[in-house]
Amino acid sequence: MNGVHDMGGLQGFGPVVPEPDQPLFHAAWEKRALALTLAMGATGQWNIDLSRSARESLPPAVYLSSSYYAIWLRALERLMRERGLADADELQDGHMRSAARPVARVLRAQDVDASLARGTPTERPAQAPARYAVGMKVRARNMHPPGHTRLPRYARGHIGTIVLVHGAHVFADAHASSPLPPFQEQPQWLYTVVFAAQELWGPQADATVQVSVDAWESYLEPAG
Amino acid sequence: MQQPHGHDHDHAHSHLDEMDLRVRALETLLTRKGYVDPAALDRIVETYENRVGPHNGAAVVARSWVDADFRQWLMRDATAAIASMGYGGRQGEHMVAVANTPEEHNIVVCTLCSCYPWPVLGLPPVWYKSAPYRSRAVLDPRGVLADFGVQLPPSTRIRVWDSTAEIRYLVVPMMPAAAQGLDPRQLAALVTRDAMIGTGLALAPGRAATVTP
Repeated sequence: MNGVHDMGGLQGFGPVVPEPDQPLFHAAWEKRALALTLAMGATGQWNIDLSRSARESLPPAVYLSSSYYAIWLRALERLMRERGLADADELQDGHMRSAARPVARVLRAQDVDASLARGTPTERPAQAPARYAVGMKVRARNMHPPGHTRLPRYARGHIGTIVLVHGAHVFADAHASSPLPPFQEQPQWLYTVVFAAQELWGPQADATVQVSVDAWESYLEPAG
Repeated sequence: MQQPHGHDHDHAHSHLDEMDLRVRALETLLTRKGYVDPAALDRIVETYENRVGPHNGAAVVARSWVDADFRQWLMRDATAAIASMGYGGRQGEHMVAVANTPEEHNIVVCTLCSCYPWPVLGLPPVWYKSAPYRSRAVLDPRGVLADFGVQLPPSTRIRVWDSTAEIRYLVVPMMPAAAQGLDPRQLAALVTRDAMIGTGLALAPGRAATVTP
């Protein structure tokens, strides 16, 4: 969806202000919000693309006025409400009013290290040969899907060059399309496509700048 | 998005209290429902506060500066080369290393959210997730570098990597000329988090002690 999360190229947000000591957390609740997000993700009731989809479909004004961990927290609450894992009243005061729903897994302390070390690799066996190869010109499609997508607006319609071929990966758009398991993976070839800044932003852009995105095959069409 | 510290301090504090209560309530609820194990939450926090951070990436970069075979491996198959040093997993499942040269400087961003190579850099700093960085890194990377006090020659090409899928990028900064002869630990102390995102350069020897890792 064309949400406010798709920020590349927006103007007016002011300078980047790095904090001198760059603390990871600014309040104790942020640590717990991070950990709760990871631990609830491990229950298998959604996947990372559904999490991203939940964050980016928050009301635009809420998204823009929230800190990043507050965005994560709101999205987490929403994912749980949608699946009946907790209701709004329970989330409000922490008092349990309905029985727990069965979940696929509960992450135990002794399994945390192994779980983080394993991660969630997204590469899958390719179902077909890659359509594009390094050096080929492609155009990012002009498309505006209403659901989750990872093709940023600033790249759409523009011509770039394939610089890396990463194998076939779980297709984010499909992965976020079904709210409950089993999730759709529909792996596709994934490429890094580089664009001249002047192609993206016009002839006045800096001629020494190039920008790449990582794009699944269906985001692209042949060009020249 | 909102900066962490508002100007209205009373408001900021009551908001903090409110968020604190809300997250406590959430944790209590999820624990009672049996969805989460509070000890697992502690372990996750402890992992990213104390064990996984930019010192991992700095060790990788420092080794690539002095070990030509490792550097080749890192540039060819970063996931495997980094895993050989014991770093990998969540948010670093598929790594690509990009090396700066006098001709080309690399910068990494995630314009759509906050994708970041956790196993080598830890959790992202607030600015990396902020609207100013995500919006401008792709449109005006030289302006962003200026915000960090980095000025590159106008002829240096700038290469911005927008992490829009599950590939995670590690920038390998150039080794400062004056760092020749230092041992790997001294070299790693020159490699800042920002240098591995591309919004900074490796420190000159002698400046390392002034910087928090």
